[in-house]
Amino acid sequence: MAINVLKPGLSTTVQDLGRPGYYHIGIPTSGGMDTLSLAAANLLVGNDAGAAVLEAVFMGPELEFTQDAMVAVTGADLPPKVDGQEQPCWTAFNVKKGQVLSFGFLKKGARGYIAVSGGIDVPVVLGSRSTYTLGALGGFEGRKLAAGDVLPVGKGALVAEGRSVVEALRRAPGAPAELRMLPGLYWHRITEQASKTFFEDTWKVAPEADRIGYRFKAGRPLDFVPRTPPFGAGSDPSNIVDACYPYGSVQVPSGTEPIVLHRDAVSGGGYMMIGTVVSADMDLIGQLQPHTPTKFVKVTMEQALTARADRRKTLEAIAKALA
Amino acid sequence: MTTRYTFGGDEHIFVECSEEMSLEAFFKGMSITTALRNAKIKGVTEICPANASFQVRFNPDIIAPDEMMRQLKALEAVAQSAPSTLNTRIIEVPVYYNDPWTHETGQRFRERHQDPTSTDIEYTARINNLDGIDGFIKAHSGAPWFVSMVGFVAGLPFLYQMVDRDRQIQSPKYLRPRTDTPRLTVGHGGCFACIYSVRGAGGYQMFGITPMPIYDPNQTTSYLRDFMCLFKPGDIVKWKPIGREEYDHTVAEVDAGRWQPRIAPVTFSLEEFAKDIDGTNARVMEALNGH
Repeated sequence: MAINVLKPGLSTTVQDLGRPGYYHIGIPTSGGMDTLSLAAANLLVGNDAGAAVLEAVFMGPELEFTQDAMVAVTGADLPPKVDGQEQPCWTAFNVKKGQVLSFGFLKKGARGYIAVSGGIDVPVVLGSRSTYTLGALGGFEGRKLAAGDVLPVGKGALVAEGRSVVEALRRAPGAPAELRMLPGLYWHRITEQASKTFFEDTWKVAPEADRIGYRFKAGRPLDFVPRTPPFGAGSDPSNIVDACYPYGSVQVPSGTEPIVLHRDAVSGGGYMMIGTVVSADMDLIGQLQPHTPTKFVKVTMEQALTARADRRKTLEAIAKALA
Repeated sequence: MTTRYTFGGDEHIFVECSEEMSLEAFFKGMSITTALRNAKIKGVTEICPANASFQVRFNPDIIAPDEMMRQLKALEAVAQSAPSTLNTRIIEVPVYYNDPWTHETGQRFRERHQDPTSTDIEYTARINNLDGIDGFIKAHSGAPWFVSMVGFVAGLPFLYQMVDRDRQIQSPKYLRPRTDTPRLTVGHGGCFACIYSVRGAGGYQMFGITPMPIYDPNQTTSYLRDFMCLFKPGDIVKWKPIGREEYDHTVAEVDAGRWQPRIAPVTFSLEEFAKDIDGTNARVMEALNGH
C-alpha cells in the first residue's frame, strides 16, 4: 500500500513519538509537536499510539490512496475531505482505493495529525521514523514532503468507521494560551522586577515559530542582574558558556524575545534560559498560530507533576474509549 | 568552583559545574556524567555533557525529581574522589586554513562583521596579538583541543584548546549571525572552536574548512558506517594544516570511500597536564604516530 503525494501542503513531515537518546550528540528528540493529538489519531485508526503519522502545518496536503485505508485527522481544526466531501475531525473515516484526501482551510490550531491505518512505513532511523529536517535525518528522505513522493504504508488492523474522540478529551490551548513554566536554570540572572513582568505580560507568538522553537514578542524586555562576564561566556548579559538547552526551556537572547525550544531543538548554545515549560503543556505550543496572545504561568514542581498526570489520564481515557 | 543544580522543568536536571569555562569544569562534568552512566539509574533517558555544565533527562513517572536530584548529588562526591584521568582517543583533523569557500562566504556577510575591511582569520590574529595568518595557524594547530560538547545541531563539536588561559584564542561572534556557513567550516566563537557539521546559519568566525565529513545521516562515508556522528565529548582533536592539493585529494578519497581519519587511543591526566602542559600535549599528539 502506498500514498501518492499530489500536493505537499506547507510543511508536512512524517513524525512519531520521537527519537530520544541522542541529544548528547546534538540529535534532538523530534516527533510530533502535539503528541497527545498524534497518539489519538493513531488510536482512532487502530494503530499503536506511537505509529508514524503526517504532521501538517497550517495547510493540509493532497494525498491519493492506492488501497483502501482508515484515516483520522486530529489536532488542529483542519477539515479533511475525501474526493471533496468534508469529513469530521477526531473521527475515523474510510478512504477507498483511488480516492483523494484533501483539506479545507485551517479553522483553529496550527498542526493537523493525519493517521493512516498501518502507519507511514518509512525506515526506522535511530529508533524512530520522525523527520529531523535540519540534520536531513529520518522521515521521508530526511525532509518535508514534496509533490510526487510515494509514501509507504504498513498493514493496518480492522477498525470501525465513525469512531470518535469526545469533545471533552480534545485538548487545545485557551485564549489567551497559558503555558505553565517552572522557573529555574539561569532564573537568577534577571532582576526581581523582570521576574514579575515576565509572568504579568501577555506575549504574542512571533512569525518565527517552527519545530525548532517558538519565539514570543510584545512583552516588556527583561533586565539583568549586573555581573562581570565569566571567561568564555561572551559579553552580552544574556550570554552563558555554551550549555545544553533542555527541551521546553525558555531562553531570552538579550532579554527581549523569549524562545521556547521544541521537538527539533538546537541542543545547546550560549543564551541563558529562565525556566522550562512543563512537559504537559508542550503539546499546546504545537497548536499556537503566529500572533496568538500567550501568558506564561509560574508553577511549582508539584504542580508540574500534577499537570503531567492529568495529561496521562487524558491519553488513558482516549485509549480506553477506543479499545 | 561550586556546582549548581537546577531543574529544567519536570524532565531535566541542569548542572552548572562552573560559570566560567576551564578544563577543570569540563573534567568535573565528564567525571560526574561518567559516574552517572555507570550507575545505570532507572528512569534516566539522556546524559548530555557540555562545556562547563551538563544535563540529565529523566522520566519523572519512573524516578521522582527529588529522588533523581538526591542520587545525582550523591554521585558528585563519588566522582570527586576518582582520579581525573580520561581514557579517550585523539583524532587528526586536516584543515585547509584561509580557504576560498569560507572566504567567499565571509565576504558576502561582511557588513555583519566587526571588521569589514579584513578577513575573519586576519581579524582574529590581530586581536589575539598573533603574527598574521601564519602565526594564527601555528597557534591554532600547535596544541590539541578537547571536544567539550557535541550539539547545537547533529554531530557539531565544540572544542576547547588544551593551553593555559593566556594562550586561549578568543574572538567575538559576528555582530549579526550569517544565514549561511559552508558545511565543514572550522569556526570560532568566544574561546571555542567548532566544526559546522551541516550547512546553515552561524555566528562564529570562519578560519578554514576540513575535507573530512563528521556527520553523515546516510552513513555512506567509510568511517561513519557504524555511527553517523564522528565526535563525542571527551575526544581530543589535533588540527593538521593542509593546502589546496591535499584538500582536493582528500575530498576525492572520501568520495571514493577509501579515506580513513588518523585516530589513536590516548590517556589524559588532568594532574599531569597541570604540571606540564606542553609536555603532556606533546605526548598526547605523539600517540597519532603510534607512540
